[in-house]
Amino acid sequence: MTGSISASPLVDIRDLSKSFGQGDARVDALRQINLQVYAGQVVGLLGPSGSGKSTLLNVIGCILDPSSGHMELDGQVVYDGGWRQKDLRRLRLDRIGFIFQFHNLLPFLNALENVAVVLEIAGASAEAARQRALELLQYLQVGHRCETMPSRLSGGEAQRVAIARALANHPRIILADEPTAALDSERAGVVMDLLRKVAAEQGAAVLVVTHDEKIFDRFDQMFYLRDGMLADMDGPHTKPNGLAQQH
Amino acid sequence: MNLALRDIRHSLGRFVLTCLGLSLLLGLVLSMIGIYRGLVEEALSLSRTPRADLWVVEAGKRGPFAESSRIPGDTREVIASLSRVAAAGSLTYQSVEALHSGRKLRLYVVGYEPGRPGGPENVFAGHIMTRSHYEMLADAKSGLVLGEQVRLGRNVFTVVGLTRNQVSSGGDPVVYLTLQDAQRLQFELEPPVARREAERGAPPANTDVVNAVVARVAPGIAPGQVVEAVGRWKHLTALSQSAQEDVLTKSVVDKSRRQIGLFTVILLAVSAVIISLILYTMTMDKVREIATLKLIGAPDSTIIGLIIQEAIAMAVIGFSLGTLLINLAKDHFPRRVILLPEDGLALALVVLLLCVLASGMGVRLALKIEPAVALGG
Repeated sequence: MTGSISASPLVDIRDLSKSFGQGDARVDALRQINLQVYAGQVVGLLGPSGSGKSTLLNVIGCILDPSSGHMELDGQVVYDGGWRQKDLRRLRLDRIGFIFQFHNLLPFLNALENVAVVLEIAGASAEAARQRALELLQYLQVGHRCETMPSRLSGGEAQRVAIARALANHPRIILADEPTAALDSERAGVVMDLLRKVAAEQGAAVLVVTHDEKIFDRFDQMFYLRDGMLADMDGPHTKPNGLAQQH
Repeated sequence: MNLALRDIRHSLGRFVLTCLGLSLLLGLVLSMIGIYRGLVEEALSLSRTPRADLWVVEAGKRGPFAESSRIPGDTREVIASLSRVAAAGSLTYQSVEALHSGRKLRLYVVGYEPGRPGGPENVFAGHIMTRSHYEMLADAKSGLVLGEQVRLGRNVFTVVGLTRNQVSSGGDPVVYLTLQDAQRLQFELEPPVARREAERGAPPANTDVVNAVVARVAPGIAPGQVVEAVGRWKHLTALSQSAQEDVLTKSVVDKSRRQIGLFTVILLAVSAVIISLILYTMTMDKVREIATLKLIGAPDSTIIGLIIQEAIAMAVIGFSLGTLLINLAKDHFPRRVILLPEDGLALALVVLLLCVLASGMGVRLALKIEPAVALGG
């Protein structure tokens, strides 16, 4: 199912921990996490509420500093002490695409502008941004809705626009937080197929946090997070290409 | 891509309503400044009408507006005879309240000698008084029209000319009578009172009294020289025109002026608080959008730009609407509202500065928003 899979992981996390508070009030949200996600791979991250899924997503998304451990994104070591907020934002802008549960499109921009704004922030000219945004929307089959405001898009359309936005700057890593939670089975399947297509055609690593059982069969590999610890899940759909054995 | 413009366009109705509210507030501030200016201008207009260089009043008094002053009617001849004086005129001032056409009419009566300094030089309708009795010039604010007859005291006067912007420091419209008519109105006793005074053996009431004499000095002469010369006479006091204006603004209307000034400052402070709250609320409403922008990597400048540009747009639209509103309404105020371009410009700059400073609260909030908020965490 995966297209191009490189030897070195795009997300490489080793012995990563994150704790909040100190002393008796200390909470270990993540404990000694090891995770590698490769180009072209679509990985699912499951776990009950409070297991640390969001914390892990925030750490990988460069929103939250880990307490200890090593993290590399697209071959670049992050949180080695030399990173400022400004640099982390730039890293997010250039390398990471985010997809949210409720699409989080900016309500005052139409579909095209919601995609183009990311490109303009990254420094593209208005015309180039519009052109690329239109291409992406057409690629995701919502080109005909480019002038539509988010409030007038259906859930599936809005999520596809959100995916287009996440892809705008050719990110190597896509982080999706419950991207299908607000969609019915059919639309959820369409969104996951799109993510798989993006991973395969653009060589991106896709990490999806989900509770949605109906999309489990769309993952190349699934991890289960409980009490801050990560476990690889066994199952027929978890190791389709032998990656887990490789690492 | 201008995010502020698109955000405004998206919630246009709400933004316009906010701007409208702000415009009413700024219109109020502008009207207070206009009322302040009008108060000073009205107070000065009466003293400026005679275009005098100096005012001669009763000894030890500060002119006909701040204190009562009574000097003999022949004082004008004495002043006019001074070599450095080019022209002089006698004046009387009094407030009257008359019942006219079933309504109460409060007027400020000025008696002057047509052809001598003291009265208006022209009228916008009708003509200057040509007869020595029973004619009057009235300010348009009195509501009187040409040819209308008004009873003042024991006589009836016909309006022959209309003036503009001639009101007393209290806001009453001014009417001009000839000096003799005004003297009789002010100093002549009612017949029963006169009879009683005669029976007491008192001399007949002297109506040849004026409240002030105004004079214009000869070309090349400094008014101060004449003021000094008149000051040597113990029964009279002379004030220069600038001293008279000082008395009016710093004594007669001082409290009103300061009250309005203070109220304007308070109103500006209230505006600042309201603008801050509006901008803060506008930012609060966009917490999720700002978090999303931060998450996707937008720099702080993009987010600060969004808030400040909306603040500036609000200031510009609010101020423009407020100015328009007050310009349309100013003529309906009971007293003069004077809107000077420099006051408008100063207020525009103050409002712009206020909005930018007030947006600081919103900016502070925006910078504190964590990108994780966009993920729902």
